[in-house]
Amino acid sequence: MATLKDFAKKEELFTGGHRLCSGCGIPPIVRLVLRNYETPVVAANATGCLEVATTIYPYSAWRIPWIHSAFENTAATISGVETAYRALKKRGKIPGGDKDIKFIAFGGDGGTYDIGLQSLSGALERGHNFLYLCYDNGAYMNTGIQRSSATPFGCNTTTSPAGTVIKGKLEKRKDLTRIVVAHNVPYAAQASPHNWSDLAKKTQKAINTKGPTFLNVISPCPLGWYTKPEDSNKHARLAVESCYWPLYEVEDGVLRVTYKPKKKVSMEEWLKPQGRFKHIFKPGAEGLLEEIQSQVDEYWEKLLEFDGKPVY
Amino acid sequence: MPNSKKKLLQGNEACVEGALYAGCDFFGGYPITPSTEIAEILSVRLPQRGGKFIQMEDEIASLGAVIGAALAGRKALTATSGPGFSLKQECLGYACIAEVPCVIINVMRGGPSTGYPTGPSQSDIMQAKWGTHGDHPAVALTPASVQEILTETVRAFNLSEKYRTPVIVLYDEIIGHMREPITIPEPGELEVINRAKPECAKEDYLPYDENYLVAPLAPFGEGYRYHVTGLNHKADGFPVNDSEIIRENNERIMRKIDENIEDIEKNEEVFLDDAEIGIFTVGSTARSARFAVNALRKEGIKAGLLRPLTIWPFPDKAVKKMADQVKFIVVPELNLGQMIGEVQRVGNGACEVLGINRVDGESIHPTQIIDLIKKHK
Repeated sequence: MATLKDFAKKEELFTGGHRLCSGCGIPPIVRLVLRNYETPVVAANATGCLEVATTIYPYSAWRIPWIHSAFENTAATISGVETAYRALKKRGKIPGGDKDIKFIAFGGDGGTYDIGLQSLSGALERGHNFLYLCYDNGAYMNTGIQRSSATPFGCNTTTSPAGTVIKGKLEKRKDLTRIVVAHNVPYAAQASPHNWSDLAKKTQKAINTKGPTFLNVISPCPLGWYTKPEDSNKHARLAVESCYWPLYEVEDGVLRVTYKPKKKVSMEEWLKPQGRFKHIFKPGAEGLLEEIQSQVDEYWEKLLEFDGKPVY
Repeated sequence: MPNSKKKLLQGNEACVEGALYAGCDFFGGYPITPSTEIAEILSVRLPQRGGKFIQMEDEIASLGAVIGAALAGRKALTATSGPGFSLKQECLGYACIAEVPCVIINVMRGGPSTGYPTGPSQSDIMQAKWGTHGDHPAVALTPASVQEILTETVRAFNLSEKYRTPVIVLYDEIIGHMREPITIPEPGELEVINRAKPECAKEDYLPYDENYLVAPLAPFGEGYRYHVTGLNHKADGFPVNDSEIIRENNERIMRKIDENIEDIEKNEEVFLDDAEIGIFTVGSTARSARFAVNALRKEGIKAGLLRPLTIWPFPDKAVKKMADQVKFIVVPELNLGQMIGEVQRVGNGACEVLGINRVDGESIHPTQIIDLIKKHK
C-alpha cells in the first residue's frame, strides 16, 4: 500500500484550475482515484457538476482522454469505448498493444441512481472491463439542489421542500450499492474521501479486478448541504462515523465492512450543522430525527449481520 | 381587470400561475435548465392545494406519470427543455394516439444534445411537430411575454382538454427567465375548459367512440372499464388488425385538429394591413421584430409583423395572405432555419423569403432585422 507521500509524488491526472466549488467533495475523490492508475486510463463523464466545472473552454482539468456524452448514458459510452479497444487490440491495431489501457466512468447520484441506472445496469450485466465511480452528494446539485433517489430521508431540497406540513423528502434513499452488487459484479464498494487509505485500497482493487467494478463515494456539497466549505472533510467523516454511510466492500460475493466506528456518532451530531436538515430540529418535526436515527441503526445492524459472509 | 393582482414575475413563475389557474393538479417532472423553476415552485404550490407533485427518475418517466395521472382524471403537466423534450418523444406519440390530454412545457435552450443549457434558442420548433414518429396531431403554442406565458399555459390546458391531445408550450430561455410586471387574472376572467365526461351507461362507454370527433374521456376509478393502448385500436380501445379501422384511427386523430384549426389558431398582426414587407416570427424574437417594425414605420418603410401564438398547426391561411400581399417576408429565428421552410412551403413562390438566424446563444437584435430589410427593399 502506497503512503500519502507516494501518492503525492505521482503524476496529477486531474489538475487544479477547475471551477468546482470550494469545499466540494468531488475533486479530492477524482484526484485520489486517478493517482492509483499504473496504466493509461480513459474516462467517460455523465452530465453533472464534475463534467461542467472541469471542462470550461478553453481549459480542461483532465490530463487523460475524456469523453462527455449525455446525462443518462455514461456507462453505455464507456461500454462502447472499452469494446472498441478490445476489438482493436485483438487485431493488433493499438500502438504498443501489449500495454493495458483501463477505463473509468464518472457520474453523480442523479446521473447514476436515477436517469443513468438503466445504462449502468446494462454495462454491468454485459461485463465490460471498467470502473464506475459514483460521487454521491445526495441531490441534483448542478441544476440547483433538486431531490434525487440518493437524497436522504427527511432532507430539504428545492423539489422536496420542507414546510409546515411536509418535512422534506418522505422517501428513503435508494440503496444503489446493493443494486450493483445484485448484478454479481466481482467488486463493489462504498467509500469516503476523508478516509483516503480506504478509498485508495478500494480503488486499487476495483482497477485491478477484471470485469465491471463499482465505487460509490460520498461527496460533501457545501452548497447543497448548507455547510461550511472548510467542514467538508468533517462531514464526510461524520457520515461514516454515524454509520449513515457505511464503508464496506463486496468482493467476489463476500461482504466485508471495512470500517467500524469505535463509538457511533449520533445522527443529530452529523445533521445539526447541515442547513438541509435544519427543519428537523424545529418545533413541528418531532419524531423525525428519531425516525432517521432508527433507519440508520437498522441498516447498520443488517449490514453487520452480513459482515464476512457471502451475499450472493 | 380592476381587482386583478399585479405581480413582477419570471416567465417560469408565470407558467406556474397559468397552470394553477387552469386547474392543473398534477406535475410529473425532472430537473433541467432552464425549466427547473416550474418544478421547484409546483413542488411547493401543488401540495398546498391538494394536488400532487412527483419528481421522476428521468424525462421519459415524467411524461409517463403525466399520462397516467391524466387518465385518472387529473389535469397534468410536465416541464422540460431540449434534451428532456427529446426523451419525452415516445410518450408524446403515445399521448397522441391514446388521446390523453396533457400539457408539456418546453423552455427551449440551445441544442442539439446538451447544447447550451443557459442560453436561449428556438431550435425545437420542428421537434414539437415531428419529434415523435408517425403521423400525429401537433399542437404547440408560442408565447412571447411573461403575461402570455400565463395566458397561453391556460389555453394549452383548454385545448388539450377540449381535443383530448397533448399540447406543447414552446418558449425560449429569454422569456422563461426574464421578469415583467403581469396581471394575474381573477377566477372566471379567463375561460377554463374541462374535458367532456361520458353521459352514457357505464357498460356502454366507448373511449374512442366513432360517433364523436373527440369522444368523452372517463377518468380511471369511476367505474368505466376500458382499454388504453399505443397500438391502433377500435372504439373500445382494444388493438385491431383491421386495415379500415387502422386508417380511420390514424386519420381521425389528425382530423380533430385539422377540422378545428380556426379554434386553435391564434395570431397577432402588427401593421400588417398595408404592409409591403412582412416579418414572421415567434417568442423573444418577435419582440425584436415588433421593435423593428415600429422603427421602420417611423422611417416610412411599410413593414408588418405576423406573430403566431399557435405555431402548430401552422397558420397556413395567414401566411398565405401575407405572402400574396408583401414583396418579401423575413423570418428571424433562433435556429438555422426551421419556420422558414414552412413559410416557403405556404408562400409557394408568391414572394421572396429571407431568414435571419442565430445559434450563438444570443438574441436576434432589432437592428439585424432593420438592416436586412433596408438592404433588401
